[in-house]
Amino acid sequence: MSGAVKTTCREALRAAIREAMQRDSRVFLMGEDVGEYGGCFAVSKGLLDEFGPERIRDTPLSESVFVGAGIGAAMNGLRPIVEVMTVNFSLLALDQILNNAATILHMSGGQFNVPLVIRMATGGGRQLAAQHSHSLEGWYAHIPGIKVLTPGTIEDFRGMLWTALEDPDPVLIFENALLYNLEGELAEDAGPVDISKARVLRSGTSLSLFSYGGSIPKTLEAAVQLESRGIDPEVVDLRTLRPLDTATIIDSVRRTHRAVIVDEGWRSGSISAEIMARIMEESFYELDAPVARVCTAEVPLPYAKQMEDAALPRVETIIEAAMNVVGGNG
Amino acid sequence: MAEFLMPSLGADMTEGTVTRWLVQPGDHVDRGDIVVEVETDKADMEVEIFEAGTIEQLLVPQGEKVPVGTPLAIVATAAAPAARVALPETSGPAPPLAEAPKPAAPSPAAPRPRATPTARIRARELGVDLAAVHGTGVAGAITRQDVEHAALRRAPEPAPRAEGRRLLVSPRARLLAGERGIDLATVTGSGPGGSITAGDVERVAAPTAVAAPSLPSGPAVEVPSGRPRAAGRGPIAALMERSNREIPHYYLGIEVDMSRALDWLKAENRKRPVPDRILASALLLKATALAAHEVPEVNGYFIDGGFQPSATVNLGVAISLRQGGLVAPAILDASAMPLGELMRRLQDLVARARAGRLRASEMSSGTITVTNLGEQGVDFVYGVIYPPQVALVGFGKVTERPWAEAGMLGVRPVITASLAADHRASDGHRGGQFLATVAKLLQEPEHL
Repeated sequence: MSGAVKTTCREALRAAIREAMQRDSRVFLMGEDVGEYGGCFAVSKGLLDEFGPERIRDTPLSESVFVGAGIGAAMNGLRPIVEVMTVNFSLLALDQILNNAATILHMSGGQFNVPLVIRMATGGGRQLAAQHSHSLEGWYAHIPGIKVLTPGTIEDFRGMLWTALEDPDPVLIFENALLYNLEGELAEDAGPVDISKARVLRSGTSLSLFSYGGSIPKTLEAAVQLESRGIDPEVVDLRTLRPLDTATIIDSVRRTHRAVIVDEGWRSGSISAEIMARIMEESFYELDAPVARVCTAEVPLPYAKQMEDAALPRVETIIEAAMNVVGGNG
Repeated sequence: MAEFLMPSLGADMTEGTVTRWLVQPGDHVDRGDIVVEVETDKADMEVEIFEAGTIEQLLVPQGEKVPVGTPLAIVATAAAPAARVALPETSGPAPPLAEAPKPAAPSPAAPRPRATPTARIRARELGVDLAAVHGTGVAGAITRQDVEHAALRRAPEPAPRAEGRRLLVSPRARLLAGERGIDLATVTGSGPGGSITAGDVERVAAPTAVAAPSLPSGPAVEVPSGRPRAAGRGPIAALMERSNREIPHYYLGIEVDMSRALDWLKAENRKRPVPDRILASALLLKATALAAHEVPEVNGYFIDGGFQPSATVNLGVAISLRQGGLVAPAILDASAMPLGELMRRLQDLVARARAGRLRASEMSSGTITVTNLGEQGVDFVYGVIYPPQVALVGFGKVTERPWAEAGMLGVRPVITASLAADHRASDGHRGGQFLATVAKLLQEPEHL
């Protein structure tokens, strides 16, 4: 076991991009302001100097154009990483993502894979109001033909990208923008990670807290506070919303018999709704309480700080939901 | 019509107390009139009204503290006179109006009881019928306190589960209860919304009765009527019916001085570590087992028209189950067993019986059964024999009685041992000898 270094999710992600560029000459990064400006979240800062304008490409402000270009590049043998500024803007490229990237393998009768990686920032909590703050990864998880990754830990910010690039089909990575500054320890030799399994971050017996992406730190904090109340929660990081690792989810429910899902998306038609449905389908008789969830209020995300805070899942609301599910007997 | 609300008199004000009303229903007010004095955490303030009109109704009595935004009064403005029925229900989730009258409430034609909004919310929460509450507030309005008092008066009856209402049971709890034969109607729920959880079922299935308080109760006791027919009652009912139909019972009783036995037990237990302590029940069982060994006519089976005595005494112990029902598993070869061992077997048997984990062999091997109803305050047990056995021994409670012995009168702890025996297998003479032997053995507890 090698030593650990202190780093942030942003630096871990930059290290992952750099490693991918070094390992495979077919890899390149493109998107709005990724070059000269260093990325609107400073993820690609310094990479233009290191790899040059051929491989770190600034694009026009047209998501449809550069996502489409990425699809074409991928079909022609390259391994593009396309950065979309936020998930709200990705809707301009939804036609390319859904009608092209996700379907070309099928429409071509298996002739053309699209080995494309699209990264985008998601989530609220930064007072960027209703056009820059939403969490639409649950929507994308609806689409067959793509994979949806939601890193919530430094290890996954460091390790998911390479594995995604290796995948022969389109992979979307949703990076909760609040996590870029998240500090933590990362093993010196940290590298690619599996992207097919959910991960139990904390074992427990009282209930399962299912969470992903930007809700992971909140959920872990809620777990610590619940422990001081005599409740022993399990925390499962879903990591990948499509395909969902149903086996790990069900396995956890079979052990704890209670579940709360923490999802920064809106609740109606959400990934949390899908998870509840699967728990019901596959472990109904294991349940000792109705499955609960903590989601974002169904409003366009407010700008005002106190209102935005009130709309998003919080440590207190997670604790409250967990206490309700556990009931009086701990 | 307009509502006059508790204002926010500062960013951090969440509630205020109405200290004095300066207007009464019927008074005319103009925009800017001071109508009420409100006390907050920080100060007393005079509050002005922004509507002109006639005060229709005061909703919050003096002295009551309410959250910011709570309607304090209804004002009939010139444009829209107050409609008397539509009281505001602004704080808390507002139910459809049609839902408001409780089933027991007077007919729709009756006037709606006058009550403060907080009282209405509280009444909904506590399930109190406002029509039955006496109001002490302004103009006889029902206040929150009135509702809470009414709820308290009604409280002693622990809301029984309404007949026909589906029990709230988690899927896992339902599954467990099915597996273990637990009647869910006997389980108290501790989960969300009072639902029954797996933990609740497990507590009923395996109560922490390891410290077996006494010999458990037996077949002569009926579960209180009105309860749903408990699991396990069916087979018992058939067996008892057969017993009373086929077996010619006779009954004998004897009073036994327990002073020596209890004194000895006290001294003996002092020497034993707490987990190994022996209960009086074990002494009674051991004496019964030894006596049955000496008087074999009460120990065995009546099968195929004849009595078959048993060489060993397998002592059936009647155990009532918490969820209703009765079992009588046997302690095998009890007469040969040291007292400490008998005690352990008894504890084990009770715990497993209540957890539903008895072995089939234990259920069918009893040769004589003991039932102890002393804990229920019973003096004398007229037992019903467990077919095909031929005797059932009962013990009542230990009570202090005047007791004459060797010309001296004293107060002694006394227990009544009774025998219900099958007249086809034994007669009163042998039955009497059996009971006398039990009594004699209990005078020499050190030999048990």
